[in-house]
Amino acid sequence: MSNVIKLKKGLNIPLQGEAEKTMKKASPSQTYAIKPTDFPGLTPKLSVKEGATVKAGSPLFYDKSNPEVKFTSPVSGEVVAVVRGERRRILEVVVKADNEIVYEEFQKGSPSSLKREEIKESLLTSGLWPMLKMRPYGIVARPADTPKDIFISCFDSAPLASDYEFVLAEEQKHFQVGIDALSKLTDGSVHLGLPADSSNKMFGAIQGVKTTKFSGPHPAGNVGVQIAHISPINKGDIYWTIAPQDVVNIGRLFEKGIYDAKRVIALTGSPLKSPEYVETLIGANISSVMQESIDAENNRIISGDVLTGTQVEIDGHMSFYSNQVTILPEGNYYEMFGWALPGLGKFSPSRTFFSWLGSKARKFTMDTNFHGEERAFVVTGEYEKVLPMDILPVQLFKSILVNDIDKMEQLGIYEVIEEDIALCEYVCTSKIDIQKILRDGINTMIKELG
Amino acid sequence: MKALRNWIDKQKPQFEKGGKLHMFKSVFGGFETFLFVPNHTTKIGSHVRDYTDLKRTMSMVVLALIPALLVGMYNIGYQHNLAVGATASFMETFFYGFLRVLPAIIVSYGVGLGVEFVTAQLKGHEIHEGFLVSGLLIPMVMPVNTPLWMIAVSVAFSVVFCKEVFGGTGMNIWNPALVARAFLFFAYPSQMSGESVWVSLGGEKAIDAFSGATPLAKAAEAVTTGTLDLGNFSPMDAFLGFIPGSIGETSTLAILIGAVILIWTGIGSWKIMVSTVLGASFVGILMNLFGSNPYMTDMPFWYHFIIGGFAFGAVFMATDPVSAAQTEKGKWYYGFIIGVLAVIIRVMNPAYPEGMMLAILLMNTFAPLIDHGVVSGNIKRRLKRAKA
Repeated sequence: MSNVIKLKKGLNIPLQGEAEKTMKKASPSQTYAIKPTDFPGLTPKLSVKEGATVKAGSPLFYDKSNPEVKFTSPVSGEVVAVVRGERRRILEVVVKADNEIVYEEFQKGSPSSLKREEIKESLLTSGLWPMLKMRPYGIVARPADTPKDIFISCFDSAPLASDYEFVLAEEQKHFQVGIDALSKLTDGSVHLGLPADSSNKMFGAIQGVKTTKFSGPHPAGNVGVQIAHISPINKGDIYWTIAPQDVVNIGRLFEKGIYDAKRVIALTGSPLKSPEYVETLIGANISSVMQESIDAENNRIISGDVLTGTQVEIDGHMSFYSNQVTILPEGNYYEMFGWALPGLGKFSPSRTFFSWLGSKARKFTMDTNFHGEERAFVVTGEYEKVLPMDILPVQLFKSILVNDIDKMEQLGIYEVIEEDIALCEYVCTSKIDIQKILRDGINTMIKELG
Repeated sequence: MKALRNWIDKQKPQFEKGGKLHMFKSVFGGFETFLFVPNHTTKIGSHVRDYTDLKRTMSMVVLALIPALLVGMYNIGYQHNLAVGATASFMETFFYGFLRVLPAIIVSYGVGLGVEFVTAQLKGHEIHEGFLVSGLLIPMVMPVNTPLWMIAVSVAFSVVFCKEVFGGTGMNIWNPALVARAFLFFAYPSQMSGESVWVSLGGEKAIDAFSGATPLAKAAEAVTTGTLDLGNFSPMDAFLGFIPGSIGETSTLAILIGAVILIWTGIGSWKIMVSTVLGASFVGILMNLFGSNPYMTDMPFWYHFIIGGFAFGAVFMATDPVSAAQTEKGKWYYGFIIGVLAVIIRVMNPAYPEGMMLAILLMNTFAPLIDHGVVSGNIKRRLKRAKA
């Protein structure tokens, strides 16, 4: 039996544009791309040159500090571009897809009969390894480590997030195989975090895992928050985390012996007429994913959710970990006396705008306006309301700002990554870029302590 | 609206670097963002941000102050009528007070914003909103007869030495409004206390039986005279605000309305307000039970909440997030000790009839220490967990 952990703190941002539970197949994308920038702290080294032909599962680049960690192509085709940014930093490796995908062949086999090293080897060569993320730091797992436990959150509580129970309804078998493979990688357990208010038909039937149910507003679905309530991260602890769709990809690798980069994406956001789910592959071109034309001038396309996603252009590509596209109207307008008006249509967790007069079920359209200017920390207690962890957020961020490594460690920097504190940034009256502050702190920790 | 926007866009280049009015860039920016929420969009991190910003927060606090200010204005007229034995209509009474208070507010905002504009320009940053609230708080904690030049001096002192030298809004250690009040209290004691400063006579002659002493000062006299006499005021008068006192602090009812606004909007910390009342009740009840003089034993402890500046301090001063304790647990200790100290200073130290101001300033000083304790607790919990 699983127990329920009730979280009170947090916030569901009532955005308009939730995806209908209808699945479409995306039109085949012309190009696919893997973006080294999706992996914080990674220094990529190219394995291919422009013009090379690759199969699905052929390496495109690898991690300079862990060369066995390879990042592979989701399709077969020709490497048409290596897009570089400032100081020749690699931003994208773009592959032009063949009409018919040709796969690299990897070893098939039931994970329960394979050894830990064999499973590791399969994941590393096929390019599925980067789906495993490490806590602390939220970076790609290091092959040399053995994690204490592996955590999987089976629901996403972020604004307009995918419903995994719907997305993976037909994938129970592959998910189970994926879990079997993962449980070989740890001496501890594989933990599933389930939503308390759902039937959990698919995830509830999975064997060989420890389950814990969570109820409460976002970020209850964040794996970091779930770890904090099951087995909080102490100095020296290493946990791995992985998203449910990626577990299925791992399962498919062992069942079929190929890297099938299938990814179901929720198309969401108020500018869309019919928000829905589409099936495509990792790294697909945004324009192939979109099912209707949108005004890209006045809207922002986000690969991911509105709190943590990355902005992409209409001809850009999906991020590696994203299973959601959110369209948000741009907020590049002036609003006369905007700070003084009653604001009936302006959702705010503080009741300083009169939107609290309306119904609780009401959904709002929001845009990317900054709604003010950056200020020093003034209002206290607002971050604490949206962070359901035993962490003093303001004190942690201040320790990062003054670069005090001891204090960062003492105040729990190992326990959080950007997504866990993204709501603090959303509610911040002083408009401070908290996610960036935290990532800077994490980078400092990696640099100083390794 | 469109025309105004276009006009501003046209003027803007003059204030940019190299423009001939560049020296007024901060002032221009201040007015521009006052008129229009800027068109900035999110660049990194979260793509949506809450609509609330510091301007909204501060204007909500100003809104919460309005009931106390209006009742305060009316009360000035009311006290004036009592003092000179006149009768006047409701509107005449209010208007008398309004005219007495308005110049103080104008001087306070004028001087304070002037200093803010100059420092913002010197430091090359934007104009911050902190003074929107301080500018109204300062006249509201002054006696009505405070000369305007004194308000000007105290505002200038507090904005420069209590705020700007520490780095501006969000960086100060003490509450600027209280520092302004304390500055005048210690620099010009005779103009800031006694019986003649609380009631505006407006050049007319007071009737014979009139005394301008506040109930708080009368209560303090009990220590020497041996009998408690609060003057001609019922507790209901004190609750509604019809007693002599500083401009905005007399009406507990109006302050409670402000408290509801602050708590409902999520701006003011209810923890601090509640714990301050708890702290004062704790000491007040102890004194009621075991006191050694009539002030302690004869005055029910809850009188402390309705006389003097206790309610105003607890709701609007102690809750200032910048100078208060910043941790949620720390807020409980912080408020509780303020309540305890306020009553102790009031009752035990007849030289300072009003204990609230000193209690809050003292705890502003110690708030970082309280937070340090709470933070250490968090760290210890984490270390213990790691060892287990």
